[in-house]
Amino acid sequence: MWLETLFFYLFAAVTLTGAVLTVTRRSPVHSALSLILALIGVAGLFLLQKAEFLFAVQIVLYVGGIMVLFLFVIMLVNLDQAARLRQFNRQWALALACVLAVAAEVVYVLARGAGAFRYAAPAEAPRAGNVEQVADALFKQYLLPFELASILLLAAIVGGVIMARKRS
Amino acid sequence: MLHPVTTTHYLVLGAALLAIGTIGVLARRNIVVILMAIELILNAVNINLIAFSRYLGQVQGQVFAIFVITVAVAEAAVGLGILIALFRNKETVQADEIDLLKW
Repeated sequence: MWLETLFFYLFAAVTLTGAVLTVTRRSPVHSALSLILALIGVAGLFLLQKAEFLFAVQIVLYVGGIMVLFLFVIMLVNLDQAARLRQFNRQWALALACVLAVAAEVVYVLARGAGAFRYAAPAEAPRAGNVEQVADALFKQYLLPFELASILLLAAIVGGVIMARKRS
Repeated sequence: MLHPVTTTHYLVLGAALLAIGTIGVLARRNIVVILMAIELILNAVNINLIAFSRYLGQVQGQVFAIFVITVAVAEAAVGLGILIALFRNKETVQADEIDLLKW
Protein backbone atom coordinates (compact mmCIF):
# COMPACT_ATOMS: atom_id res chain seq x y z
CA MET A 1 0.00 0.00 0.00
CA TRP A 2 2.75 2.47 0.89
CA LEU A 3 4.47 1.70 -2.39
CA GLU A 4 1.37 2.91 -4.27
CA THR A 5 1.37 6.10 -2.19
CA LEU A 6 5.05 6.63 -2.95
CA PHE A 7 4.49 6.22 -6.67
CA PHE A 8 1.44 8.49 -6.57
CA TYR A 9 3.49 11.32 -5.09
CA LEU A 10 6.33 10.62 -7.53
CA PHE A 11 4.06 10.78 -10.60
CA ALA A 12 2.16 13.76 -9.20
CA ALA A 13 5.45 15.62 -8.71
CA VAL A 14 6.53 14.76 -12.27
CA THR A 15 3.17 15.91 -13.66
CA LEU A 16 3.06 19.21 -11.77
CA THR A 17 6.72 20.00 -12.46
CA GLY A 18 6.21 19.39 -16.18
CA ALA A 19 3.01 21.47 -16.20
CA VAL A 20 4.59 24.45 -14.43
CA LEU A 21 7.61 24.35 -16.74
CA THR A 22 5.30 24.13 -19.78
CA VAL A 23 3.52 27.32 -18.79
CA THR A 24 6.58 29.29 -17.72
CA ARG A 25 9.38 28.42 -20.17
CA ARG A 26 10.37 31.07 -22.70
CA SER A 27 11.25 28.80 -25.62
CA PRO A 28 8.32 26.84 -27.11
CA VAL A 29 10.59 23.82 -27.67
CA HIS A 30 11.37 23.72 -23.96
CA SER A 31 7.62 24.02 -23.28
CA ALA A 32 6.92 21.07 -25.57
CA LEU A 33 9.56 18.91 -23.88
CA SER A 34 8.18 19.84 -20.45
CA LEU A 35 4.71 18.95 -21.67
CA ILE A 36 6.04 15.50 -22.61
CA LEU A 37 7.25 15.17 -19.00
CA ALA A 38 3.80 16.12 -17.67
CA LEU A 39 2.04 13.70 -20.05
CA ILE A 40 4.31 10.83 -18.99
CA GLY A 41 3.47 11.62 -15.35
CA VAL A 42 -0.24 11.45 -16.18
CA ALA A 43 0.37 8.12 -17.94
CA GLY A 44 1.97 6.79 -14.75
CA LEU A 45 -1.09 7.91 -12.78
CA PHE A 46 -3.28 5.97 -15.24
CA LEU A 47 -1.15 2.89 -14.61
CA LEU A 48 -1.54 3.34 -10.83
CA GLN A 49 -5.33 3.42 -11.29
CA LYS A 50 -5.25 0.10 -13.17
CA ALA A 51 -6.20 1.70 -16.51
CA GLU A 52 -3.53 -0.08 -18.52
CA PHE A 53 -5.14 0.53 -21.91
CA LEU A 54 -5.29 4.29 -21.33
CA PHE A 55 -1.66 4.19 -20.17
CA ALA A 56 -0.66 2.78 -23.55
CA VAL A 57 -2.96 5.19 -25.40
CA GLN A 58 -1.48 8.14 -23.49
CA ILE A 59 2.08 7.17 -24.37
CA VAL A 60 1.44 6.27 -28.01
CA LEU A 61 -1.06 8.99 -28.90
CA TYR A 62 -0.04 11.95 -26.77
CA VAL A 63 3.71 11.53 -26.35
CA GLY A 64 4.18 9.88 -29.73
CA GLY A 65 1.57 11.64 -31.86
CA ILE A 66 0.42 15.01 -30.61
CA MET A 67 3.84 16.08 -29.34
CA VAL A 68 5.48 15.25 -32.67
CA LEU A 69 2.77 17.39 -34.31
CA PHE A 70 3.60 20.25 -31.93
CA LEU A 71 7.32 19.95 -32.57
CA PHE A 72 6.77 19.90 -36.36
CA VAL A 73 4.69 23.07 -36.17
CA ILE A 74 7.32 24.73 -33.98
CA MET A 75 9.85 23.91 -36.71
CA LEU A 76 7.55 25.21 -39.49
CA VAL A 77 6.70 28.46 -37.72
CA ASN A 78 9.64 30.73 -37.05
CA LEU A 79 9.51 31.32 -33.30
CA ASP A 80 13.00 32.71 -32.75
CA GLN A 81 11.97 36.34 -32.48
CA ALA A 82 8.81 35.39 -30.58
CA ALA A 83 11.00 33.88 -27.84
CA ARG A 84 12.68 37.25 -27.35
CA LEU A 85 9.42 39.15 -26.85
CA ARG A 86 7.39 39.60 -23.69
CA GLN A 87 5.96 36.17 -22.80
CA PHE A 88 2.97 37.11 -20.64
CA ASN A 89 0.21 39.52 -21.58
CA ARG A 90 -0.67 42.60 -19.54
CA GLN A 91 -3.48 40.94 -17.56
CA TRP A 92 -1.36 38.07 -16.25
CA ALA A 93 -1.53 39.19 -12.60
CA LEU A 94 -5.31 39.41 -12.72
CA ALA A 95 -5.52 36.00 -14.42
CA LEU A 96 -3.22 34.48 -11.80
CA ALA A 97 -5.31 35.92 -8.94
CA CYS A 98 -8.60 34.69 -10.42
CA VAL A 99 -7.28 31.20 -11.14
CA LEU A 100 -5.73 30.87 -7.68
CA ALA A 101 -9.04 31.95 -6.10
CA VAL A 102 -10.98 29.33 -8.09
CA ALA A 103 -8.36 26.64 -7.34
CA ALA A 104 -8.49 27.44 -3.60
CA GLU A 105 -12.27 27.17 -3.72
CA VAL A 106 -12.15 23.80 -5.50
CA VAL A 107 -9.57 22.41 -3.08
CA TYR A 108 -11.63 23.68 -0.12
CA VAL A 109 -14.78 21.97 -1.40
CA LEU A 110 -12.87 18.74 -2.09
CA ALA A 111 -11.31 18.80 1.38
CA ARG A 112 -14.76 19.33 2.95
CA GLY A 113 -16.10 16.30 1.10
CA ALA A 114 -12.98 14.16 1.55
CA GLY A 115 -14.75 11.89 4.04
CA ALA A 116 -17.21 10.83 1.36
CA PHE A 117 -14.52 8.87 -0.49
CA ARG A 118 -13.26 5.64 0.94
CA TYR A 119 -9.70 4.57 0.31
CA ALA A 120 -9.32 3.85 -3.37
CA ALA A 121 -9.21 0.10 -3.06
CA PRO A 122 -10.47 -1.85 -6.08
CA ALA A 123 -14.15 -2.69 -5.71
CA GLU A 124 -13.81 -6.35 -6.67
CA ALA A 125 -11.43 -8.51 -8.62
CA PRO A 126 -12.07 -7.70 -12.30
CA ARG A 127 -13.57 -10.50 -14.34
CA ALA A 128 -11.46 -9.82 -17.40
CA GLY A 129 -8.42 -7.73 -18.24
CA ASN A 130 -8.66 -3.98 -18.57
CA VAL A 131 -8.38 -3.99 -22.36
CA GLU A 132 -11.20 -6.53 -22.71
CA GLN A 133 -13.43 -4.51 -20.39
CA VAL A 134 -12.78 -1.26 -22.26
CA ALA A 135 -13.40 -2.97 -25.60
CA ASP A 136 -16.65 -4.48 -24.29
CA ALA A 137 -17.96 -1.09 -23.21
CA LEU A 138 -16.64 0.72 -26.29
CA PHE A 139 -17.95 -1.63 -28.95
CA LYS A 140 -21.27 -2.62 -27.34
CA GLN A 141 -22.60 0.16 -25.14
CA TYR A 142 -20.86 3.10 -26.81
CA LEU A 143 -20.74 1.98 -30.44
CA LEU A 144 -22.58 5.02 -31.83
CA PRO A 145 -20.38 7.62 -30.05
CA PHE A 146 -17.36 5.63 -31.22
CA GLU A 147 -18.45 5.92 -34.86
CA LEU A 148 -19.26 9.61 -34.37
CA ALA A 149 -15.73 10.09 -33.05
CA SER A 150 -14.39 8.69 -36.31
CA ILE A 151 -16.45 11.28 -38.22
CA LEU A 152 -15.01 13.98 -35.94
CA LEU A 153 -11.50 12.78 -36.74
CA LEU A 154 -12.29 12.83 -40.46
CA ALA A 155 -13.52 16.42 -40.15
CA ALA A 156 -10.35 17.31 -38.22
CA ILE A 157 -8.15 15.78 -40.94
CA VAL A 158 -9.93 17.71 -43.70
CA GLY A 159 -9.94 20.91 -41.63
CA GLY A 160 -6.26 20.62 -40.77
CA VAL A 161 -5.28 20.08 -44.41
CA ILE A 162 -7.43 22.98 -45.66
CA MET A 163 -6.15 25.34 -42.96
CA ALA A 164 -2.48 24.54 -43.47
CA ARG A 165 -2.61 24.39 -47.29
CA LYS A 166 -0.83 27.10 -49.24
CA ARG A 167 -3.25 29.29 -51.16
CA SER A 168 -2.30 29.30 -54.84
CA MET B 1 3.78 6.82 7.94
CA LEU B 2 2.45 7.28 4.40
CA HIS B 3 -1.32 7.50 4.16
CA PRO B 4 -3.10 5.43 1.49
CA VAL B 5 -4.04 7.33 -1.65
CA THR B 6 -7.73 8.22 -1.82
CA THR B 7 -9.83 9.49 -4.69
CA THR B 8 -9.56 12.97 -3.17
CA HIS B 9 -5.80 12.96 -3.81
CA TYR B 10 -6.43 12.47 -7.50
CA LEU B 11 -9.17 15.11 -7.57
CA VAL B 12 -6.90 17.69 -5.90
CA LEU B 13 -4.13 16.85 -8.38
CA GLY B 14 -6.61 17.26 -11.24
CA ALA B 15 -7.69 20.64 -9.86
CA ALA B 16 -4.06 21.78 -9.59
CA LEU B 17 -3.34 20.70 -13.17
CA LEU B 18 -6.51 22.48 -14.35
CA ALA B 19 -5.41 25.68 -12.59
CA ILE B 20 -1.92 25.57 -14.13
CA GLY B 21 -3.40 24.97 -17.58
CA THR B 22 -5.89 27.81 -17.15
CA ILE B 23 -3.11 30.20 -16.16
CA GLY B 24 -1.27 29.15 -19.30
CA VAL B 25 -4.30 29.82 -21.50
CA LEU B 26 -5.08 33.18 -19.91
CA ALA B 27 -1.63 34.66 -19.39
CA ARG B 28 0.67 33.44 -22.16
CA ARG B 29 1.00 35.31 -25.46
CA ASN B 30 2.46 32.54 -27.64
CA ILE B 31 -0.35 30.61 -29.34
CA VAL B 32 1.68 27.37 -29.44
CA VAL B 33 2.04 27.44 -25.65
CA ILE B 34 -1.68 28.25 -25.30
CA LEU B 35 -2.52 25.09 -27.27
CA MET B 36 -0.18 23.10 -25.01
CA ALA B 37 -1.94 24.51 -21.94
CA ILE B 38 -5.27 23.32 -23.40
CA GLU B 39 -3.75 19.83 -23.58
CA LEU B 40 -2.89 20.16 -19.87
CA ILE B 41 -6.51 21.06 -19.06
CA LEU B 42 -7.82 18.04 -20.98
CA ASN B 43 -5.36 15.80 -19.12
CA ALA B 44 -6.70 17.15 -15.82
CA VAL B 45 -10.18 16.10 -16.96
CA ASN B 46 -8.85 12.64 -17.81
CA ILE B 47 -7.28 12.25 -14.36
CA ASN B 48 -10.66 12.98 -12.76
CA LEU B 49 -12.48 10.57 -15.08
CA ILE B 50 -10.05 7.74 -14.34
CA ALA B 51 -10.19 8.42 -10.60
CA PHE B 52 -13.97 8.14 -10.56
CA SER B 53 -13.82 5.11 -12.85
CA ARG B 54 -11.62 3.38 -10.28
CA TYR B 55 -13.74 4.60 -7.36
CA LEU B 56 -16.96 3.25 -8.85
CA GLY B 57 -15.34 0.05 -10.12
CA GLN B 58 -16.69 0.73 -13.62
CA VAL B 59 -14.97 1.07 -16.96
CA GLN B 60 -17.24 3.77 -18.42
CA GLY B 61 -14.97 6.56 -17.20
CA GLN B 62 -12.08 5.11 -19.20
CA VAL B 63 -14.25 4.96 -22.33
CA PHE B 64 -15.15 8.61 -21.83
CA ALA B 65 -11.45 9.45 -21.36
CA ILE B 66 -10.80 7.85 -24.77
CA PHE B 67 -13.37 10.20 -26.29
CA VAL B 68 -11.72 13.15 -24.54
CA ILE B 69 -8.37 12.13 -26.04
CA THR B 70 -10.02 11.91 -29.48
CA VAL B 71 -11.36 15.45 -29.14
CA ALA B 72 -7.93 16.61 -27.95
CA VAL B 73 -6.29 15.16 -31.06
CA ALA B 74 -8.84 16.84 -33.36
CA GLU B 75 -8.44 20.14 -31.51
CA ALA B 76 -4.65 20.03 -31.73
CA ALA B 77 -4.67 19.20 -35.45
CA VAL B 78 -7.13 21.95 -36.41
CA GLY B 79 -5.60 24.46 -33.99
CA LEU B 80 -2.10 23.96 -35.34
CA GLY B 81 -3.44 24.18 -38.91
CA ILE B 82 -5.07 27.51 -38.06
CA LEU B 83 -1.78 28.62 -36.46
CA ILE B 84 0.16 27.87 -39.65
CA ALA B 85 -2.40 29.78 -41.77
CA LEU B 86 -2.26 32.66 -39.29
CA PHE B 87 1.52 32.81 -39.33
CA ARG B 88 1.53 32.78 -43.12
CA ASN B 89 -0.82 35.78 -43.25
CA LYS B 90 0.18 37.89 -40.24
CA GLU B 91 3.78 36.80 -39.51
CA THR B 92 3.07 36.64 -35.77
CA VAL B 93 2.18 34.02 -33.17
CA GLN B 94 1.37 36.47 -30.36
CA ALA B 95 -2.25 36.08 -29.27
CA ASP B 96 -2.77 39.75 -28.34
CA GLU B 97 -1.48 41.05 -31.67
CA ILE B 98 -4.28 39.25 -33.54
CA ASP B 99 -7.10 41.71 -32.84
CA LEU B 100 -8.69 42.15 -36.26
CA LEU B 101 -12.22 41.53 -34.94
CA LYS B 102 -11.63 43.31 -31.66
CA TRP B 103 -11.92 47.01 -32.50
